[in-house]
Amino acid sequence: MAWFDAFIVVFASGMRLAIPLILACLAGLWSERSGVVDIGLEGKILVGAFASAAGATFTGSVWLGLLSGVAATVAVSLVHGYASIDQRANQIVSGTAINMVADGMTALIGNAIWSQGGRTPELPRAAQFGAIDWPFAKSIGAVPVIGPIYQHLLSGHDLITYVAFLLAPLTYWALYSTRFGLRLRAVGENPAAVDTAGISVRGLRYGAVMICGVLVGLAGVYLVLSQEAYFQPHMSAGRGFIALAALVFAKWRPYPALATCLLFGFLDALAIRLQGVELPVIGPVPVQAIEALPYILTVILLAGFIGKAIPPRASGIPYVKER
Amino acid sequence: MTTAAGKTPPAIELIGIDKSFGPVHANRNVNLAVERGIIHGIVGENGAGKSTLMSILYGFYEADAGEIRINGKPVRIRSSREAISHGIGMVHQHFMLVPPLTVLENVMLGAEGGPLLAEGASAIRKRLDELGREYGLEVDPAAIVGELSVGLQQRVEILKALVRGAEILVLDEPTAVLTPAEADQLFEMLRVLKSENKTVIFITHKLREIMSLTDRVSVMRRGEMVATFDTAKTSPPELADAMVGRKVILKIDKGPAHPGRIALEARDLVVRDDRGVVRLDGVSFALREGEILGVAGVAGNGQSELLEALAGIRPLSSGEILIDGEPVPPPKRNPHMERLLGVGHVPEDRHRVGLVMPFEACESAMLGFHRERTYGKGLFYSRSAIVSDAEKKMEAFDVRPRAPLLKTANFSGGNQQKIVLAREIERNPRILLVGQPTRGVDIGAIEFIHKRIVAQRDAGKAVLLVSVELDEIFALSDRIIVLCGGRITGERRPEETDPQDLGLLMAGVSERAA
Amino acid sequence: MSAPLKPLPAWADVALIPLINVAAAFVISGFVVLAIGENPLAALQSLILGALGDLGGIGYTLFYATSFIFTGLSVAICFHAGLFNIGTEGQAYIGGLGAALVALHFGFLPGYSLAIGAIIGAAIFGAAFAAIPAYLQAYRDSHIVITTIMFNYIASAIMGYLLVNVMRKPGQMNAESTPFRPTALVPQFHDLLAHFGIKWPDTPFNLSFLLALLCCLAVWLLVWRTRFGYEIRTVGANPTAAVYGGISPARVTVITTLLSGALAGGMAANVILGDQHRLILDFVGGFGFVGIAVALMGRAHPVGIILAAILFGILYQGGAELAFDMPKISRDMIVVIQGLVVLFAGALEHMFRRPVATLLARRTAQPPI
Repeated sequence: MAWFDAFIVVFASGMRLAIPLILACLAGLWSERSGVVDIGLEGKILVGAFASAAGATFTGSVWLGLLSGVAATVAVSLVHGYASIDQRANQIVSGTAINMVADGMTALIGNAIWSQGGRTPELPRAAQFGAIDWPFAKSIGAVPVIGPIYQHLLSGHDLITYVAFLLAPLTYWALYSTRFGLRLRAVGENPAAVDTAGISVRGLRYGAVMICGVLVGLAGVYLVLSQEAYFQPHMSAGRGFIALAALVFAKWRPYPALATCLLFGFLDALAIRLQGVELPVIGPVPVQAIEALPYILTVILLAGFIGKAIPPRASGIPYVKER
Repeated sequence: MTTAAGKTPPAIELIGIDKSFGPVHANRNVNLAVERGIIHGIVGENGAGKSTLMSILYGFYEADAGEIRINGKPVRIRSSREAISHGIGMVHQHFMLVPPLTVLENVMLGAEGGPLLAEGASAIRKRLDELGREYGLEVDPAAIVGELSVGLQQRVEILKALVRGAEILVLDEPTAVLTPAEADQLFEMLRVLKSENKTVIFITHKLREIMSLTDRVSVMRRGEMVATFDTAKTSPPELADAMVGRKVILKIDKGPAHPGRIALEARDLVVRDDRGVVRLDGVSFALREGEILGVAGVAGNGQSELLEALAGIRPLSSGEILIDGEPVPPPKRNPHMERLLGVGHVPEDRHRVGLVMPFEACESAMLGFHRERTYGKGLFYSRSAIVSDAEKKMEAFDVRPRAPLLKTANFSGGNQQKIVLAREIERNPRILLVGQPTRGVDIGAIEFIHKRIVAQRDAGKAVLLVSVELDEIFALSDRIIVLCGGRITGERRPEETDPQDLGLLMAGVSERAA
Repeated sequence: MSAPLKPLPAWADVALIPLINVAAAFVISGFVVLAIGENPLAALQSLILGALGDLGGIGYTLFYATSFIFTGLSVAICFHAGLFNIGTEGQAYIGGLGAALVALHFGFLPGYSLAIGAIIGAAIFGAAFAAIPAYLQAYRDSHIVITTIMFNYIASAIMGYLLVNVMRKPGQMNAESTPFRPTALVPQFHDLLAHFGIKWPDTPFNLSFLLALLCCLAVWLLVWRTRFGYEIRTVGANPTAAVYGGISPARVTVITTLLSGALAGGMAANVILGDQHRLILDFVGGFGFVGIAVALMGRAHPVGIILAAILFGILYQGGAELAFDMPKISRDMIVVIQGLVVLFAGALEHMFRRPVATLLARRTAQPPI
């Protein structure tokens, strides 16, 4: 059963790696389904991470850390919203700007305050999200097969992890079962139809952009308050872009987004696990190949070899009333 | 113009509506009264201001001046939401539907009945069911709208309005996209609506539909409401007359044509638009040297596709194009090769197609000919050659200001058009395709452009003129063919026809056996 | 909806608005410095002194500027065709591989033809790596922004693998190739000047700078003086008119993107052949993204790009000195400025247009006295 336990360990680690992806990917989903393309997820993760680290460090409270992280990303999202919705800017340019400013600003301020090259001090336990152990995790863990699943996959994660998993069905429900969701799906496809139905295109898009801010903020918060206990410059390490790839791969749908992020997280865990491992026949595992797999898979999808990824029709196009 | 006497005020009254878009005066002091419970048609040529007027009624634009009264009460309609709350429903020419959503979702959009869809959904599903039975408007609520036929999509648009409790239904060119059978179904349904005391405003340019469907009809021309008739007391010739108006017909000194050999021939052309809809359906004609062949028709009846196909921009689904008796094979049928074969093309839309607005005028003046050696023999262009070539063209066509370095966008419409004409004509083509040569062009320039086109004919060129302006067709053509629904509905010589006769052909009224 | 904007006079369009946009980026940066608790003017002085205060500083400034000219041109040429190539970063990285392969394995090339061969190798590899996103954009309708983002990471994985597993010098810990032979190197200016007895401090400023200027001239000629350049600009400004004019947008898209990749390769030549003299990990270090800021700020015109590249060269070199003088202002400040430039010169480029138009209109509306 050693291989099974190893599998559980890798899977559990993949799950943890997938959490920020899930949050960022769902954030992007909200924004892009409303017609606002967001390649600034990477930068927003950093902002959320930094602001939560700063907040938790100053207040010693994990909750205030969470709050400041989310508030900061919502503010950044509003900048993107203002550029995209009111200024009718090129949304790619705006997202690129946000990535750059976020990357520089978080490191700059972190360094200016704590003088540790941008790293924030390690947070005390009280200012982190702790693992939530399910009842009898230890005892049930001894049971073969079911035990490790219960102990390592279901139990023992922190709050944000459970929230992330709940967010996929919640997003699905909101998109497909609520008035707001219906309008949101419509505005990403044909804003003129929404406008003539007497609904504000602008209001909907701002709403979506703010939800995006909250979710991607949680991704950053997770990195600090659940995983590392400190902020470090560039710690998002491309997760925002992998989330973007996952969003394309999932064709902008919530459950496939969850599945794709889990797959990408699992690949990441596998790459870490196989570092330096010699396999029979292949020899040393080319870890980089596994790391690049999410991107390669997405490109193959984009090339039209696995179905077709059609983005929301109005995404990236500022809405202008036609003459 | 008197409204029928009665106690109830008109369902809609528009009083003194005025609207300009920059220099374009789209609606001038328009008055209109629509009685309750009738079908009221509005006819007019393209650009007469019908759609603008209805957009004002629906709150999409706000009028610069004027008043709207609904059931006698003055109202302000500043948004679609307000229009809906006043009981106005609109079926736009371009459907306002969300293709990936279901019928039910499209109908619910904006009328969900609560924050959760489930609450309103059952009520609306029930309402759809009722409306379906009442008016013959059955649609599967779970169907994806993008997968429905155009006729069914239109049905969804109408259902959207009815579910919102529309008492006044405005349909903008509803039959433009329908097959005849679908159109008949639509008419049937509109008559049922009328019988339920709902008011229908029906915008069209097809006289046949006006005659068969409406109770009253108003005619718009150049932004003005020029006449209102009881349909029973008018006739297609009278309507055509009102639509076309007694405009000052521009007289062109034009001698008789001396047609030579056939330069361009179209055989059984079938052409589809980008969506795959057949837009030209078996069109054949021959164009001779030394004649102007006018193609008349209401916009959107295949003229654009005809021009694009002949110019090599749009592929043929079937059929053949011959130049000087030689078929042009598909690999050669592209704009570049056709230019080499001596085909000049003045496109219908100079903004979107014929010019590059941010370019300097001299650069716009070489579009399509930019590979020629005139502009520089080696690897590089010669700026002086480009500028002097543009100067020559601007001189020849009296483009003002004569500034080759000025941005194309900064010229007036007439001068932009002259740049296009100069580019295509100065290259001395043997065949000249001209689309809407004077659209948005001031009177002075119109005369100038017309003279140039006639001069081309006199020089022995074969000229194909596509225009929605009947005046222009009459003033220039030596021979006229009429397109309707992608087919040629008739051929005339200008001296043996009149606007009313052409109007009937344009409206698809089939020719009686002579 | 708001009233249509009145056209601005040409001078305001070409000079005033861009200047206001860039100024806004710098003013906000100044406030950031202030918030950190340093004096922005002192910081500016330190930055400029560090970048331009002595020949060594100038050498480094121009060395960075060289890289930025290449990446700026790479982004700009795609702008002209209406394309947003975010992949300059990855294309430059793979360009470095091309340079290294030629430098390491084409030793038979006589004299400095090896260096020239290596530069060509960089250009070809950069272009080749742009080929798939170009093809997908032109013929499969998938957006070049998304594919080039993916390709940046794929480049990083490929180079990581090759440098760690294949090209690493045996017995060495660092993931880098064996050093190139001297004839594969692009000469540095201080060496050249030494021949003439002129002393210049030892900096990586090398002949690639001249190549960059040459590329500026070439891009300017290509875009504004050749038939293909005309086609690029037509496709970028109005693809429908391009088709009418007998131009194939797909063909233009592919060729332009390939050229963009080749220009990105120039950046690799500057760093790998002109400075590092071996292939190393992450030598691009975000300079591809700086190209976006440079292209936007320089309004995609070679002259503007040279000016913007030098400005960013000053920021990168001076920023290092500044971080030394004022440890609170780390080099990340430069990335902040860069991002703000992209934000104001790119995304919010029209934000000041309305106020400026109103202001100018009011001024001209006043009756003459």
